[in-house]
Amino acid sequence: MLELFTRASSWLIPAIIVFIPLYAAFRKVPVYETFVEGAKDGFGTAINIIPHLVGMMVAISMFRASGAMDMMLGAVRPLFDWLHVPSEILPLGILRPLTGAGSLAFTADLIQTYGPDSMIGRIASTIQGSTDTTLYVLTVYFGAVGIRKSRYALKVGLFSDLVGFIAAIMICLYIFG
Amino acid sequence: MVNWIWLFFIVVSVIAAAANGQIDAVTQAAFDGAKSGVTVSFGLISIMVFWLGMMRIADDAGLLKKLARLLSPVVRLLFPDVPKNHPALGYIMSNLSANLFGLGNAATPMGIKAMQELQKLNPDPQTATPAMCTLLALNTSSITLIPTTLIAIRMNYGSANPTEIVGTTLAATIIATGAAIAADRWYRRRSKSAPPPSINKRKRKTDKTHAVTHPAADSLSAVSPGGGPIA
Repeated sequence: MLELFTRASSWLIPAIIVFIPLYAAFRKVPVYETFVEGAKDGFGTAINIIPHLVGMMVAISMFRASGAMDMMLGAVRPLFDWLHVPSEILPLGILRPLTGAGSLAFTADLIQTYGPDSMIGRIASTIQGSTDTTLYVLTVYFGAVGIRKSRYALKVGLFSDLVGFIAAIMICLYIFG
Repeated sequence: MVNWIWLFFIVVSVIAAAANGQIDAVTQAAFDGAKSGVTVSFGLISIMVFWLGMMRIADDAGLLKKLARLLSPVVRLLFPDVPKNHPALGYIMSNLSANLFGLGNAATPMGIKAMQELQKLNPDPQTATPAMCTLLALNTSSITLIPTTLIAIRMNYGSANPTEIVGTTLAATIIATGAAIAADRWYRRRSKSAPPPSINKRKRKTDKTHAVTHPAADSLSAVSPGGGPIA
C-alpha cells in the first residue's frame, strides 16, 4: 500500500507527460505548436492570482506575527497534541471551504514557515489540493441559473470538506509518519 | 464572507499585536506578506504555462472528449433523473473531465452550462433539483489528478520532492468525493420519502437567464487552472 503510494506519486506525472503528446502525435496534432499556443494562457492565469494572494498573505502574515494565531491555537493545542496532529493546520481546515485565495495563502504561509517537506507542509499541501472552495462553487454555479434555495447542497459540500480534511491528515500521518 | 474573514484577520492582528507589544513586527509582517504573495504567484507561472500547454495538446487530440465518453456510465448512474441523451449529460461529462485534468478555467463554464440545462428540467426555478445538488457535490470535492499549483509552491520553497504529495492528494480527494456522493445519495433518498416541498407560487419572473455572476470577492478558482480546486 505504502509502496503503491510512492510509486503512484512518482510515476503519474511522467506517464501523463509522455502519453499526451504521443497520443496527440498519433492523431496528427502538431504537438509543439499546440503546446506553445495553450501555454500562453498560463502566464495570465498566474498573474491574475497576484492581487488575491497578496491581499490574503498580508492578512495571514500579520495574524501570525501579532501572536493572534498562537493565542487562538493555544485553546485547541492539547486536543490536537493528544491526537498527534499538528494544531497549526486547523485554521486551514476552517478556511478551505470558505475562501480559495485565503486557504492557498495560508498553505503557502505554512510551507514557508515549516518547510515543504515537514509534516505540516505535506498535510497542508494535501488538504489544499484535495477539495475545492465549496462556498465559491455554490455561489457561482447556483448563482448562474438563479437558484436561491440550495436545499442540502451546502451541507453535502461542507461534509465532504470535513471528510477530506480528516482523510488528508490521516493519510499523511500514515504515509509520511 | 471573504470580506469578513479578511477584515477579521487584519483587525484581530492589530489588536493582538498591541496587547502583545508586537506592533513593529506586524508592520514588517504586512510587507513581508505582500512580498510572499508576489513571490508565490511568480512561482506559479512556470508550472501553469507548462501544464496549460500540455492540456491544450490533450484537448486538441480529443483526449478530454474521450475521457468524457468513458465517464458516461458513471454519470448516468449519478444522474438517474436526467433523461438519456439530454444535453445536460454531455456538459456534466465535460465538466468532470476538465476537473480531473485540473482545468478549472474550462470546468467552470462547462459546469454552468450543465446547470442551465438542468434548470430547464426544473419545475421550480428557484429551488435546486437533486441533479443540481449532485453536480454541485461533485464540483465542491472535485477530483484532480495533478495538484499543479501546490507542486509549484513546494518547488518554490525548495522541496526535495515536490510531487510526493500527488498520491496523498489523490487518495484524500477520492475519499472526499466518495463522502460527497454518499451524503448526496442519502439526502436524495430522504427528500424522496418526505413529502415534496411546497412549490412557491409567487408571481415573479424567474425564468429570465441570469447573468453569470462571478463573486468578485473570491474568484480565484476561476483563474486557477490548478484546479477548480486551487490545487
